[in-house]
Amino acid sequence: MKLREVIEKLNATTVNVSDPEKEIEGGYAGDFLSFVMGKAPENCAWFTVMSNVNVAGVATLAGTGVVVLCEGAKADENLSARVKREDIDLIETDYDIYTAVLKYNNAD
Amino acid sequence: MTNEAKLRFEFDVDGDNFTSAGTASETVKYNLKQLGIAPDIIRRVAIVMYEGEINMVIHAKGGKAVVEIDSDEINITLKDVGPGIPDINLAMQEGWSTAPDNIRSLGFGAGMGLPNMKKYSDKMEIESVVGEGTTVKMCVKIRKEA
Ligand SMILES: Nc1ncnc2c1ncn2[C@@H]1O[C@H](COP(=O)(O)OP(=O)(O)OP(=O)(O)O)[C@@H](O)[C@H]1O
Ligand SMILES: [Mg+2]
Repeated sequence: MKLREVIEKLNATTVNVSDPEKEIEGGYAGDFLSFVMGKAPENCAWFTVMSNVNVAGVATLAGTGVVVLCEGAKADENLSARVKREDIDLIETDYDIYTAVLKYNNAD
Repeated sequence: MTNEAKLRFEFDVDGDNFTSAGTASETVKYNLKQLGIAPDIIRRVAIVMYEGEINMVIHAKGGKAVVEIDSDEINITLKDVGPGIPDINLAMQEGWSTAPDNIRSLGFGAGMGLPNMKKYSDKMEIESVVGEGTTVKMCVKIRKEA
């Protein structure tokens, strides 16, 4: 699915989007960074409420397609500055993780 | 890259700065891409090095990272002079963590770092002396020998 469709489905606010036409495949939900590192598939949508700057490092190194901050969590100042600087895709939605995943999968 | 060529990168990993944690790993990932290393190899190196780098930051107040690349393998050495690991077998268990609450609130402390390092490297050795420090060596093979 294209990143812009993910944004629409989740009614998301964009903090940084490198390319709306980029393909996002699969997903992973979780807040512990080592689980994400070990398990999130490349180019996936990563659903989390973690909003500190370490999210950027994990997104880059695990190669996630887009970070989806859920539950109305807002990227803190360091994180938002860094995703803009490094052109990492990160969006914010008010949905809780469960609902966000359902919407992403058209299952709501 | 010719067979003889060996590239070496060295990093000082800052132990007081959580906001720059992971920088060495990101630089290595970038360089491996430039070198045209296969994506699955890059991914494994990124995972194991990040976990090791973060461990030095959160458990050992920083350290040194050395990455050596030749045509067959990538070797990563992480050396710190932190508190050491009293029981390595215990530390290797999934879910074991001594990370304090303030570190957990940042998303660390699942106790999955060392297991990830073991899983995604081809070889891993830990030497640790309590009160002196820890050295972790990991190898990711670019080509599997026949
Ligand atoms: N370089 C180190 N120096 C001292 N202790 C370490 C070091 N690396 C790991 N440890 C010890 O081993 C434990 C397990 O490490 P591991 O990386 O698996 O989990 P964690 O760092 O606690 O959490 P996570 O990696 O999931 O965020 C740590 O909690 C810590 O007690
Ligand atoms: Mg760890």
